Amino acid sequence: MEHESKPILEVADLCVSYGKVEALHHANLMVGAGQIVTVIGPNGAGKTTMLGAIMGLLPRSRGHIRFLGEPQPEIEVERMVAKGMGLVPESRALFGSMTVADNLLMGAFMRHRLGHRDHPETMERVFQIFPRLRERREQQAGTLSGGERQMLAVGRALMAKPKLLLLDEPSLGLAPLIVKEIFRVIADLKQAGVAILLIEQNARAALQVADYGYVLETGEVVLEGPAGQLADDPKVIESYLGLGGAARAASSRSQPVAS
Amino acid sequence: MDLQIALLLAQDGITNGAIYALLALALVLVFAVTRVIFIPQGEFVALGALTLASLQVGKTPGTLWLLLGAGVAVALVDLAQALQRGGRRRIPRIIAWNLIYPALVAAAIFLLKPTEMAMPLQIILTLALVVPLGPMIYRLAFQPLAEAPVLVLLIVAVAVHLALVGLGLLFFGAEGSRTPAFSDASFNLGGIVINGQTLWVVGSSITLIAILYLFFERTFYGKALRATAINRTGARLMGISTVMAGKLSFLLAALIGALSGVLIAPITTIYYDTGFLVGLKGFVGAIVGGLASYPVAAAGAILVGLLESYSSFWASAFKEVIVFTLIIPVLVWRSLTTHHVEEEE
Repeated sequence: MEHESKPILEVADLCVSYGKVEALHHANLMVGAGQIVTVIGPNGAGKTTMLGAIMGLLPRSRGHIRFLGEPQPEIEVERMVAKGMGLVPESRALFGSMTVADNLLMGAFMRHRLGHRDHPETMERVFQIFPRLRERREQQAGTLSGGERQMLAVGRALMAKPKLLLLDEPSLGLAPLIVKEIFRVIADLKQAGVAILLIEQNARAALQVADYGYVLETGEVVLEGPAGQLADDPKVIESYLGLGGAARAASSRSQPVAS
Repeated sequence: MDLQIALLLAQDGITNGAIYALLALALVLVFAVTRVIFIPQGEFVALGALTLASLQVGKTPGTLWLLLGAGVAVALVDLAQALQRGGRRRIPRIIAWNLIYPALVAAAIFLLKPTEMAMPLQIILTLALVVPLGPMIYRLAFQPLAEAPVLVLLIVAVAVHLALVGLGLLFFGAEGSRTPAFSDASFNLGGIVINGQTLWVVGSSITLIAILYLFFERTFYGKALRATAINRTGARLMGISTVMAGKLSFLLAALIGALSGVLIAPITTIYYDTGFLVGLKGFVGAIVGGLASYPVAAAGAILVGLLESYSSFWASAFKEVIVFTLIIPVLVWRSLTTHHVEEEE
């Protein structure tokens, strides 16, 4: 089984409600150390809600979350950031009127607060991953293009040196070339030992890069399995990959998009 | 009106305008970070001035009881929360800041004979008394409502304002106070006399504004406050807690308010309710800047000071009317030039 590595994140029986509407029902999910796990599903399936509840942005109505083996009875965003979890939201949530460099600096806020003073080196590494950000470092984040914004959002999250990165639709609204670059970076991050929980509408690209996958529909996990198996699943092919998608996804799994 | 009078009025207007500018900056800061329209801003001016006056005449300032009381209240709320949610590690810090610190300030006032202190020390003691009230008020009144709509926060701000005015009357009485000037020096500059206090007010305001600028542009925490003001969710995801940002902005607002009070206490007689009007004029300045732009807010506040000064010469009965009427054309202009943006959530 591909899911055997030591779990970094375990989610059990997670429920989230908005008022009387339950957006997530009894979800179970696991991310192993150094793994890429993807959650695919249609709009409104509860994917973003799930990430929000894991990160502590949304209160959960029930369920248990263990991060790095420790139970997290009362999740607060600040605490999860300090423990090494990072979320890149779909909205990117950049600081538009601050410079690229200052946006990155804010990514290191928690580490700075905890007494680490290594942000110049970390920023240098982020610039190596995204050379475009170095060129734009004194520019205001609000003036960046869509692709650059996403690079900045991911780069800013990396400034915290996260152990687990939650990515919400990183390819949404981006040009194909940029999508390719983002997925290359995701694969590289895995090589660097960062575990990733990836939410994607672009199921094909997500299953190519991931080790394990979950399918979420109307707030429930309806299917899970190693990414390769999911890509071959007739139901997944029909709903998420479209004609010929599975064959391509399966055939290119041995050599990820990035290489 | 001859040139001499005009210059004299200008000097007056700029002195008051500098104070309004400081308050306008504090209002913009608090609103940007917490979305609270900080009506009680002016109360900190009155509390600062009256506390300094009490210390100088050897009375125990009423703000001491306010600090001790607020400290106990915050400690109770925070301890209850810490015990309930298992944050026991925070307990020593809660006790140190909310119980021990006020007790130390009380000890300083009773043991050190503030009347015999040099004025700078009296001012420091005043700030030590008044400034912590800012974060404490945030903790008690606004932190539980951090996610509430702007209107709810405004209503709470009005309630806090009314409570502080009432407490001001209770602790300091209805008589006004005035403190001696920082310096009796005056300079004759080409026929007009510039008095020392004017220079103190303008100089201190400029210095404080410069320090604030450096804080926001150069420091981690200053940038974190800006980040919170720009994108609250983004800031939370960086580990910048909304509570920390709120307390820090209220701390700065209280510091600015109390210092403003200390600066104008030698110029005008301050009563327990003077702060409101002073704060409102800072608010007019802040509105000119759309509660968002620091430089425009400061410029607007100087304009308010000048307008007030000249209108008190030409139409002194209407001076407040004229100052507050300024808000109408500004609002019309703003509503015509800005696009309405729906509030998030």
